[in-house]
Amino acid sequence: MTRVRTMGFAASLALVAGAALAQNGPRTFSSGYRFVEMSGEELYHNVCRGCHMMDAQGASGAGSYPSLAANRNLEAAGYPITMVVRGRRGMPPFGDMMNDAQIAAVVNYLRTHFGNSYSDVVTAQDVRDAR
Amino acid sequence: MQDEAAVLRRRDLLSLIGAMAGSAAMYHAMTSLGFASESRYQGPLKLEGDPKGASVLILGAGLAGMTAALELRKAGYQVKLLEFNSRPGGRNWTLRGGDSFTELGGATQTCEFEPGLYINPGPWRIPYHHRALLDYCRRLNVALEPFIQLNHNAFLHASRAFDGAPQRIRAVKADFQGQVSELLAKATKQGKLDEAVTKEDQEILLQALRSWGALDRDYSYNANLHSSEYRGYATAPGGGLTAMPVPSEPIGLSDILKSSLWRYLQNFANYNFQTTMFQPVGGMDMIGKAFAKELGDIIRYNARVTKIQQNDHAVTVTYVDTAKPAIVQTATAHWCVCTIPLSILSQVELDVSAPMRSAIEAVPYAGSVKIGLQFKRRFWEEDDAIYGGISYTDLPIRQIAYPNTGYNRSGRGVLLGAYLFDGANSYEFTAMPPQERVARAVEFGAALHPQYTDEFENGIAVAWHRVPFTLGCSGDWSEDARKQHYANLCQIDGRIVLAGEHASALPAWQEGAILSALDAITRLHERVVKT
Repeated sequence: MTRVRTMGFAASLALVAGAALAQNGPRTFSSGYRFVEMSGEELYHNVCRGCHMMDAQGASGAGSYPSLAANRNLEAAGYPITMVVRGRRGMPPFGDMMNDAQIAAVVNYLRTHFGNSYSDVVTAQDVRDAR
Repeated sequence: MQDEAAVLRRRDLLSLIGAMAGSAAMYHAMTSLGFASESRYQGPLKLEGDPKGASVLILGAGLAGMTAALELRKAGYQVKLLEFNSRPGGRNWTLRGGDSFTELGGATQTCEFEPGLYINPGPWRIPYHHRALLDYCRRLNVALEPFIQLNHNAFLHASRAFDGAPQRIRAVKADFQGQVSELLAKATKQGKLDEAVTKEDQEILLQALRSWGALDRDYSYNANLHSSEYRGYATAPGGGLTAMPVPSEPIGLSDILKSSLWRYLQNFANYNFQTTMFQPVGGMDMIGKAFAKELGDIIRYNARVTKIQQNDHAVTVTYVDTAKPAIVQTATAHWCVCTIPLSILSQVELDVSAPMRSAIEAVPYAGSVKIGLQFKRRFWEEDDAIYGGISYTDLPIRQIAYPNTGYNRSGRGVLLGAYLFDGANSYEFTAMPPQERVARAVEFGAALHPQYTDEFENGIAVAWHRVPFTLGCSGDWSEDARKQHYANLCQIDGRIVLAGEHASALPAWQEGAILSALDAITRLHERVVKT
């Protein structure tokens, strides 16, 4: 469960592939199957953003990833907890890749960002109970 | 001796069958006796009986859909295909210079590879036992060349072992084998295996360990010219006055164990990765293109399916042209073979029974990322003598795969600079903008090949959860979901049957897509001919 932190990355690579790389800051990488990111913000940015996108607006092709922005489904905290733990349809389950505290953190982050402002806080115990 | 007698008896029986009934019957007998059972493919499909003008609408022009189309048309059906993309193949896909790809989220990458260079973002290798796929390649004149899975001179790399220096697969393999053999020989000689192995067998075992593990006369594995014949030399044999080789120093057992490099050795032993493996000459999409050429104009491209309805007589599919989504169109046929990935089908309005609907919703889609990198020269060949094959690392790129074609040429080359399948890193790379994926692959890869820094030119990164036509790499069945839902997924539901890698026991393999299509249309045809 060690993490690989990339520091000084921008400096060494700007030489290689031009200015576009200079904007890359440090980033956390997991070493195994499970995620090492702990904060809700970092989990959203390194995991959820892959499908739900930077602004949480989702995306559409032959099928869609739902928007999580100003999303009423997040009002009852049990719903996003279950989604993250078990997945739904094409969405993979993250119950084995994140612990209770990580899932609580990312759910809390979602429920207080992107036009969502639900003030009740989800705890690791809530996630444990939902498993 | 008993075993040998049994084999002889079986062999006698087979030659009797062969003499009396011919080789086809003998082959059948061999299969049922447990030989030659490496594939479920039964040879070219023969759909007998008249479909009496029945029509089939096939959704998806990937390998499953195009296999179904080819075989059903041959059997006398009227066939039409609807395909979301503007090209055939689906995940059977190759990116070359000039190709552009827009992922979900809107980022567009244009591939800047030199002509002739490419990456296969989806499937890239074909096991020798994928007999159905190989047969279609033969019938469709798709030329194949070897895919190198095991290159003894490629690297195994652990970032926190051996001061970060990559080790040659050859050396790790020879040393692990040698050290384990020495250990087992020692245990044997100390009598610790007396309960498990007879005295007679212990003698043979010791001989075998010495041969297999490159042990010396005293059954120990150490630096000498014999072990160097396996792991490589410190100074290789040469000619003339300076000809004599110098042995290399083996890696100790504890160092191999602690480095975890042993965990990559399974990649060369697994049935799916055993030699001989193949790739199509010129790119994996040669297969999809060959199918499409055979099918001609029965494929309607740029069609996004929005609704699939059925009644007692027909199936009606509603779709829109991806360029003109406002114009709603329909297509109707007696039957429908639907190969749309479940990640997408689960979002389509679909008239099927509740059990099939539940099955469609039970399968999450795995994440996977592939990154192609072009370099000014083939330094992996010129400097490192790595011709094809794969290096494995514990860095987040996990693999570097070398091109299995165009060997020993001067000029540019393209590497697969990362291949992630499932696990945390595949999500982390998916969540980055494409340019950053490429930049990170260059950064990490330089730990194995410092030449990256000077030689890198450009790259392209495909993250499968961002691919608009699949929303993921492949169906990721859990054991429980398979038990509960798999049979329901594969049933013919009224006039609709599903096919694709997701409806096979070979998930993420092209062979699974083809075998699933052959099975689905065989059952469909039986039903059509009966009614």
